[in-house]
Amino acid sequence: MPERIPVVEKILSANDRLALENRAKIDAAGLFSINIMASPGAGKTSLIEQTVRALGKKYRIGMINGDILTSLDADRAAAAGAVAVQINTGGDCHLDAVMLHSALNQLDLNNLDLLIIENVGNLICPAEFRLGTHKNVIVASIPEGDDKPHKYPSMYRGADVLILNKIDLLPYVPFRMDFFRQGVEVLNPGVTQLNLSCSSGEGLAAWYTWLESNLTLKNG
Amino acid sequence: MHELAITESILEIAVRHAEAQNATKITDLHIVMGQWASMVDDSIQFYWDIISEGTIAKGATLHFDRIPAALTCLACGQTYQPDVRALFCPNCQSTRIQVITGEEFRLDSIEIET
Ligand SMILES: Nc1nc2c(ncn2[C@@H]2O[C@H](COP(=O)(O)OP(=O)(O)OP(=O)(O)O)[C@@H](O)[C@H]2O)c(=O)[nH]1
Ligand SMILES: [Mg+2]
Ligand SMILES: [Zn+2]
Repeated sequence: MPERIPVVEKILSANDRLALENRAKIDAAGLFSINIMASPGAGKTSLIEQTVRALGKKYRIGMINGDILTSLDADRAAAAGAVAVQINTGGDCHLDAVMLHSALNQLDLNNLDLLIIENVGNLICPAEFRLGTHKNVIVASIPEGDDKPHKYPSMYRGADVLILNKIDLLPYVPFRMDFFRQGVEVLNPGVTQLNLSCSSGEGLAAWYTWLESNLTLKNG
Repeated sequence: MHELAITESILEIAVRHAEAQNATKITDLHIVMGQWASMVDDSIQFYWDIISEGTIAKGATLHFDRIPAALTCLACGQTYQPDVRALFCPNCQSTRIQVITGEEFRLDSIEIET
């Protein structure tokens, strides 16, 4: 006779367990880590380049880039001065804890202060997979439109800080700032939002302040 | 594309729980999947048919219990399913909202033969 037995286990529990291991490893090396997620072209790599140029003299920065095929973004981060590692996901639409686990082995973590992970450009899948980093950074951008939080709720649910990039384009692209923020507020009440432009540099200082205050907490 | 890894995870969890009960066969799996969990049940089914081959779960039926997103407005108390065009309260436009359901993604139960 078939018998029904309760399981009630999160299907992503294996990934979550490995994410905890990643976190332990990162913590043991005493560095601060962020997972940057955004749609394709929102400006993840641009933000990393600017950050490395601005803070790279003061902090040793490592970068892990997940890309479906190329190493262009890792090369850009390396050119800016980061120690960069490329993970080709081979068609996968996100990084998961397993991929990060093997990438961590390729970096000398004890010789870094800040670890930046650029996730695959995608507003849906990366949100489901914890990596083990300390903070999730979501990059939205003006030309994507103001409806994105309303349409991709899970991504915005998990953000620890929200960057709204390309504000230099506000004069040219219709974008209802209040409508955007209403969606964000429903999903993630009170989350810090930093409006900035990686092109003009406007607003970047507030981002560096956010990063440095977290770095100080972590590295003392 | 991430459904292969997900399906492997479902299989691993099901077999582990079934073996703990000394099961010889898994006949059914009941998966609870919220509207906001970014998973495609058709792809899970597709991979399932391939990877369950050769295990005690071979041929088991997958049941997907889909849970719509439900939000409650903390300002006026209204519970609603979010419109595709906007997430805030349709009654009073408040953004003080609590997410009640929609984010589930778990293996709820399995049916086994011993
Ligand atoms: N106008 C404007 N363009 C920007 C800004 N930031 C980035 N861009 C441009 O947007 C494009 C995409 O930038 P990337 O930094 O490569 O974006 P990404 O998110 O890393 O893209 P993928 O990794 O391919 O998903 C490039 O052409 C950048 O020059 C900005 O603040 N303003
Ligand atoms: Mg990039
Ligand atoms: Zn209301």
